Amino acid sequence: MGGFWLTGLIFVPTLGAFGVLMQNDEESIWRSAFIFSLIPLAMSLYLFAAFDPHQAAYQFVERYSWISQFGISYHVGMDGISLFLVILTTLLISLSLLYSGGGDIEMRPREFCFMMLVLETGLIGALLAIDLFLFYVFWEVMLVPMYLMIGIWGHGRKIYATFKFVLFTMIGSLLMLVAILYLVGAARAQIGHLTFDLPDLYNVPLSRTEARWLFAGFAIAFAIKVPMWPVHTWLPDAHTEAPTAGSVMLAGVMLKMGTYGFLRFAIPLFPEVAIEATPIFMALAVVGIIYGALVAMVQPDLKRIVAYSSVSHLGFVMLGIFALNPQGIEGAVYQMLNHGVSTGALFLMVGMIYVRRHTREVSEFGGLWKTVPMFAALFMVVMLSSIGLPGLNGFVGEFLILLGTFLHSEPAAWVAVIGLVLGALYMMWAYERVMWGPVTKSINQTIKDLSGREIAVMVPLVALMLLMGLYPRPLLSRMEPSVNALLDRVQAAQARLDASHARTLAALAAPVRNPGDK
Amino acid sequence: MNQFTLAAVNFAWLPILPLIAVTLGAIVVMLVGPNVDDEDSAGLGLVALMTVLAAFVLTLFTLGQNSLAFGGALAVDDYSGFFELVILAATAVTIGMSLDYAADEGLAGAEYYALILFAALGMMLMAAAGDLIIIFLGLETMSIAVYALVGFMRRDPRSNEAALKYFLLGAFSTGFLLYGIALVYGATGTIRLDPVRAAISGGMASNPLLLMGLGMMLIGFGFKVAAVPFHMWTPDAYEGAPTPITAFMAVGVKLAAFAGFLRIFLVHLGPLSAQWSDVLWVIAVLTMTVGNVVALVQANIKRMLAYSAIAHAGYVIVGMAAASSHQAGGAILYYLLGYSFTNLGAFAVVVALERHGEVRDRITDFRGLARTHPALAAAMALFMLSLAGVPPLAGFVGKFYLFSAALNAGLVWLVIIAAINSAISVYYYTRVIVEMYAREGEGVSVKRIGTRPALLLSLAVGVAGTILIGLFPQPYMSASASAFASATSRPALKTTALLR
Repeated sequence: MGGFWLTGLIFVPTLGAFGVLMQNDEESIWRSAFIFSLIPLAMSLYLFAAFDPHQAAYQFVERYSWISQFGISYHVGMDGISLFLVILTTLLISLSLLYSGGGDIEMRPREFCFMMLVLETGLIGALLAIDLFLFYVFWEVMLVPMYLMIGIWGHGRKIYATFKFVLFTMIGSLLMLVAILYLVGAARAQIGHLTFDLPDLYNVPLSRTEARWLFAGFAIAFAIKVPMWPVHTWLPDAHTEAPTAGSVMLAGVMLKMGTYGFLRFAIPLFPEVAIEATPIFMALAVVGIIYGALVAMVQPDLKRIVAYSSVSHLGFVMLGIFALNPQGIEGAVYQMLNHGVSTGALFLMVGMIYVRRHTREVSEFGGLWKTVPMFAALFMVVMLSSIGLPGLNGFVGEFLILLGTFLHSEPAAWVAVIGLVLGALYMMWAYERVMWGPVTKSINQTIKDLSGREIAVMVPLVALMLLMGLYPRPLLSRMEPSVNALLDRVQAAQARLDASHARTLAALAAPVRNPGDK
Repeated sequence: MNQFTLAAVNFAWLPILPLIAVTLGAIVVMLVGPNVDDEDSAGLGLVALMTVLAAFVLTLFTLGQNSLAFGGALAVDDYSGFFELVILAATAVTIGMSLDYAADEGLAGAEYYALILFAALGMMLMAAAGDLIIIFLGLETMSIAVYALVGFMRRDPRSNEAALKYFLLGAFSTGFLLYGIALVYGATGTIRLDPVRAAISGGMASNPLLLMGLGMMLIGFGFKVAAVPFHMWTPDAYEGAPTPITAFMAVGVKLAAFAGFLRIFLVHLGPLSAQWSDVLWVIAVLTMTVGNVVALVQANIKRMLAYSAIAHAGYVIVGMAAASSHQAGGAILYYLLGYSFTNLGAFAVVVALERHGEVRDRITDFRGLARTHPALAAAMALFMLSLAGVPPLAGFVGKFYLFSAALNAGLVWLVIIAAINSAISVYYYTRVIVEMYAREGEGVSVKRIGTRPALLLSLAVGVAGTILIGLFPQPYMSASASAFASATSRPALKTTALLR
C-alpha cells in the first residue's frame, strides 16, 4: 500500500482547477495553473523512482468501496505500462500550460486552465483505474474538457470538428458500456456477486460468440480513440482545429488511451478473441500506416501533416501490440511514449509558427532556416525523432515493433518498413519546403526566433528524445514485468486454443480412423 | 362506531396528512387570494411553498410503513412515500421558479399557486393509490389543474393553443384509461389492486376482457408519460406553457404518471409481464428513437427539452420491459430521481433567461451565455451533460442502472438500441453547450440571479441533486430499491381499521 499517492495524482489537478477559478488577473491565472500542474508532475517523478521494477502486480494500490450495490469500488493502481503514460501526461500538461501562457491562448485563460487541469484528472484517472466503472467514468470525463477546448479555442471549422469528435467517441464508448455491463452480468453468474474489478473479470466463462461480441464492444471504442483506419476520420479535423495545447494533449496522451485500452482491457479480458482477431488488426494497422503516410504527404497544412502522421504512427503501435510478443508490446508501449513526446513537440512547434504567421500552409513558408535558425534547428531534431533516426527515441520503439512484427508476420513487417520510408519522406519533404531554399515571402524575413519561454518548453522534450533514444533500459526494465504478465495470459489462451483445435481435429479424424465403428 | 378509537384514528390518518396539508394549503391560497393585490401575490407563492414543505416533512413521518388505508384505497408504503417526496420537491422547485417569473409575466394571482397545489395533490394521490379509481381520481385532479396552468398566459396564443391541445388529447387518453379500468373491473370484479393481482395469479391471466383492459390502460398511461406514438401533444404543450409549468409537466406529471403506470403494471400485473413486456419493448424503441431523432432538429429549447423528455420516458420504459429482472424497479425509481433534479435545473435556467415581454426560448438565445453569465452557463452545461449521460452525473448513473437491469433481463438488443440513442442525444445536448461556450455572440442580458433568491435556490437544488445523486449514488440506489420492494412485498390485504 502506498498512501494516497495515486489519489493525489488524480485529484490535485481538480483542486488546482478550482484554485485557478479563484484567480482574477491573467498573470496569476497562468502562474497558478502552471504551479498546480507541477505538483502532479513532481509526484509522478517520485513514483517513477519509488516504482519497484521487478513487480508485475499493481503498485501504490488504493481501494475503497464506492457503490456497494454494484460491487463498484474506487480501485486505483499503477503498473509498468501506466507509469510512463502518467508521467507523459503530467509532463505534457505542464509544458502545454507553460507554452499556452505565452500568447497562444488569447481569450478566457481562466476557463482554459480549468479545462486543462480537469482534463489531467480524467486522463490520469483513466490510466490508473482498475475498476471498470471507474475507468469508464474517467474515460468520459476527459472527453468534456477536450471537446470544450476545441470548441472554444479552436480555429476554422471548430464546431464541426467538436461534434465529429464527440459523436465518434461517444458511440464507441456507449457500446463499450454495454459490453462492460454484459461482462459483469456474466461474471455475476459465475462468482455470485456483482463486481467491476478488472482482475475479478478475467477468466469469466463466455461462449465463443459472446466473447467475440464483447471484444468487439471494447475494441471499437478503443479503435476509434487510437484511431485506427477506417474510423480515424474525426482525428484530422479535431487535431487541425484544436488549439495547440489541445492538439498536444489529444495526440500526446488521449490517442494512447485507445492503445492503452487494448493492452489493459480488451486483450487481457478476451485473449482468445484477440489472438483470433490478430490478422484483422494487423491488416488494419498496416493499412493505417500506409494510408496515413500517403495522405500526410499531400497535405498543404503543416498541422494536418502532423495529424495524419499520427494515424500512421499509431498504426505502428497497434502493429506492435498485436504482434503479441514481448518485443512487439514493449516496442508499442515505448512508441506510445515516443509519439507523445515527438508529436507533442511537433504540434508545439507548429503552434509557435502559427502564432507568428497565423497560417500553417506549407507554401506560405520557405527559407526559415535563415530567419529563425533556433526554431529550424529544434524542428530538425523533433522531426528526426519522429521519423525514427537511430540515436533518438523513435528508433528504439520502431525497431522493437518491427522486430516483434517480423517474428509474427513477415509480410506485415515489410509493409510497415515501407511505411517507415514514406514517413521519413513526407516529414523531410515538408521540412525542406518550410526551412530551406530562398525566403520567398518577405513577411518571413521579419518573424522572430524562439522566445525564452518557448525554448524552456522545448528543452525538456528534446532532452527526453535524446535520453530515450540513447538509454532506454530504465524504461524498458520497468515495463517488462507488466508486459510479461499480459503475455502470460495471452500464451495461456493460445494453449487453450491449440488444445481445442487439437480436439476438433481429433473429433474430425475419429470417424476416419475407425471406419468400422458405426 | 365504538371501535372508532383515538389510536386507530391517529394511525389511519397519518398517511393522508400530507394530502390534507396540500389540500388545505390550496384552499387557503384560494380563499385569501381575492383579498391580495396582484403585486403582492408572491406572498401567496410563499404560503404555497410553506405548504409543500410542511407536506414534505409530514411525508417523511409516513415512511417505513407497509399497509393499506381506507379499505385498500390508499397504499401506505415507501413506494408512495418515495414518489410523494420527489413530487413535493419538484412542486417546491416549480413554485420557487415561479415566484419571480409569475410577477414578471403577469401571471400573478392566487389561482396560479392554488392550481399548482391541486395538481400536486393529484400527483400524490396517483403515487399512493391502492385501487384503480384512486388512480383515476388522482390523474383527473392533476390533469385538470395542469390544463388550466398550461393556458395560464391568457393573452398568449401559443399558451392557448397548448392548453387546448393538451386538454383535448388528455381528455381522450383519460377516456382510454377509464375504459381500461372498467374492463379490468368487469373481468376481475374488483378495483382494488391487490385482489386484481391475486385474481391474475389465480388463473385469470388469459381472460380477453382483462387483456383488453390492460391494453386500454397502457394507452392511457402512454399518453400521460408521452410515449410514442401517444406523444403528439408534448412538444406543443411544453412550448406554449409558462416555463415553470413546463418544468412541472416534464417532472411532476411524468413522475406521477409513471408512479401509477409502474404500480399497476410492474407491481400488480407483474405476473402478466409476458403479455405486455414485448409491447413495451417496441414502445421503448419507438419512444427513444423518435424522441432523440426529432430533438436533433429543434430550434426551440422548450421543444428540444420536450423531445428529450419523450426520449427519457423511452429509457424508463426500457426498464419496464425488463420487468423480469429484480433490479428493474429500483433502477427506474433511481433513474426518475436523477432525471427530475436534472430537468428541473435545466428548466430553471430557461426561466432565468426569460424576461418580461421577450420570448427567449430559442437555443440560439443561449449564445454567448458563458461570457455574460458564467455560473448560469456552467449550471446549464452540467444539466445537459447529465441528460446526455456523461459520468459521474445523475443521468449517467441512472442509465447505467437501467441498462444493467435490462441486460439482467436478457434484453441485449434493447440495451444496444438505447446506447445508440444515448449517443445520438449527445448531439443536441452538446449543441446547447456549444452555443453557450463556443459560438461568438452578444449573449442575452439576464436579470441578476442574485436578486431572485427563490430561483437561485431552485437552481442550486438542481445542481446539488445532479451531482450528489450521481457521485454518491449508493444511498439513493438503496432507497429506490427498497421503495420499490415495499410495494411488491406487502402482506396480502393488511388494511387498517378505518372505514372498513
